[in-house]
Amino acid sequence: MGKRVGMEVSIAAAEAVKQANVDVVSAYPITPQTHIVEHLSELVANGEMDAEFFCVESEHSALSVCVGSEATGARSFTCTSSQGLALMSEITYIASPLRLPIVMIISNRTLSAPLSIWNDHSDVMSIRDCGWIQFFTENGQEVYDHVFIAYRVGEEREVLLPVIVNMDGFILSHVIEPIELIEQEKVDQFLPPYQPLHRLHPDRPVTMGAFALPSIFAEAKKAQEVVLQSSMSKIIEVWKEFGDLTGRYYNPIETYRSEDADTLLVTMGCFGETASVAVDQMREEGRSVGLVKIRLWRPFPFEEFKKATLHAKQLVVIDRAVSVGGPGGPVASEVKSALYGVDGHPIVYNFVAGISGRDVAPADFIKMVDKAEIEIEEGNKEGYEIYGVRE
Amino acid sequence: MTKPESEWTWKELPVGNVILEPGNASQYRTGDWKSLKPVLNKDLCIHCGLCYIFCPDMAYNLNAEGYFIADLFYCKGCGICAKECPTQAITMVVEEEEK
Repeated sequence: MGKRVGMEVSIAAAEAVKQANVDVVSAYPITPQTHIVEHLSELVANGEMDAEFFCVESEHSALSVCVGSEATGARSFTCTSSQGLALMSEITYIASPLRLPIVMIISNRTLSAPLSIWNDHSDVMSIRDCGWIQFFTENGQEVYDHVFIAYRVGEEREVLLPVIVNMDGFILSHVIEPIELIEQEKVDQFLPPYQPLHRLHPDRPVTMGAFALPSIFAEAKKAQEVVLQSSMSKIIEVWKEFGDLTGRYYNPIETYRSEDADTLLVTMGCFGETASVAVDQMREEGRSVGLVKIRLWRPFPFEEFKKATLHAKQLVVIDRAVSVGGPGGPVASEVKSALYGVDGHPIVYNFVAGISGRDVAPADFIKMVDKAEIEIEEGNKEGYEIYGVRE
Repeated sequence: MTKPESEWTWKELPVGNVILEPGNASQYRTGDWKSLKPVLNKDLCIHCGLCYIFCPDMAYNLNAEGYFIADLFYCKGCGICAKECPTQAITMVVEEEEK
């Protein structure tokens, strides 16, 4: 078993990047991702990490550098938040069809306006369809572990896709947690050096990022769609292998006291840990409530989600972003798609909570379950509201 | 691959849509963009090569007789050669569709 150390989660994430033998770090500091990039900069400057550190002038350049370095076969890393991700968004759509397994940590933060530095998922939801594998994490250990998992999955020959590891800004990024560090030998065993299929090299010139005529574009998109969908089996395989190595097993959909529950809370990200406390309290009161957590956002695990939820009467889906002018939060939207056409599927009640870092305590989850149960009882079967808004 | 790109299935695309054969843009027919084509009056041509130098598509090639001739597979009909020709040896004429 590895050493257990008290560490800020951002520092643990940077240590994982070092342990993953990353060759190129290219990132631009932005709150709340700053500590990751600062620590990596220190590691490289002190000679503790053998990597090129690119001090770029913007996030657009940060990811562009990664596209170039990854194309030469160098394992590359970037990280950002909020406005930084927005500036980077053009390149996120380029990295995935080029099949470059870059890894990016997003320390999730609200997109302006109003200007806010605090946490929600509006940043990553703005690039939902960029074609990267997208994980959500609940605690520091999961962030640390998923750096290795991300590189291992992304670099698999059958996958070759970039991967985003989402961690909630401040709520995860700035807290000190006990992290079980993995011995370097184990990391090296789990994550062998990257062997690119195609790479930029003067001895064997290739063209990457070429123009496509309408006569071939749809075929290129279909190939991208198929590879992202089919990466699911590889992700599950890699999680299993990681679990066998470390004792920490992960799944696309995770459940907590959900098997016999009539009402299920559905969360994504660090909401999961708080919600589990609320579930325990409600269970003590004899209420039939459980929790379902979405770890894998892209590719979306439709079958696993249905398996985990179809027995319930109602789902209380808690989103951390608003799809303005849309049907509610983006997670609830996906949940409804997953359930569409299934006879007798649970009713979906949707709350958007905790946007721009507003605290959501266990008592708030209980209030949301109370409200949803009452509304559904009264016949409101398409409920959606922003929780806790002062009228 | 021997068949034209427009017949490839999604499964036949190289991973990452990488082009493995350098210089394959030469297979792309840009000649069908044009409505006017350059016609050379050899009596006026002084073999200066300005058409060859100015052609933005490198469509001009020197032939065995020492004349620069536009390859109509690539020529987009922009007319720069005709504009630059110091002896007005090149005229742009409407390209009729061959029946």
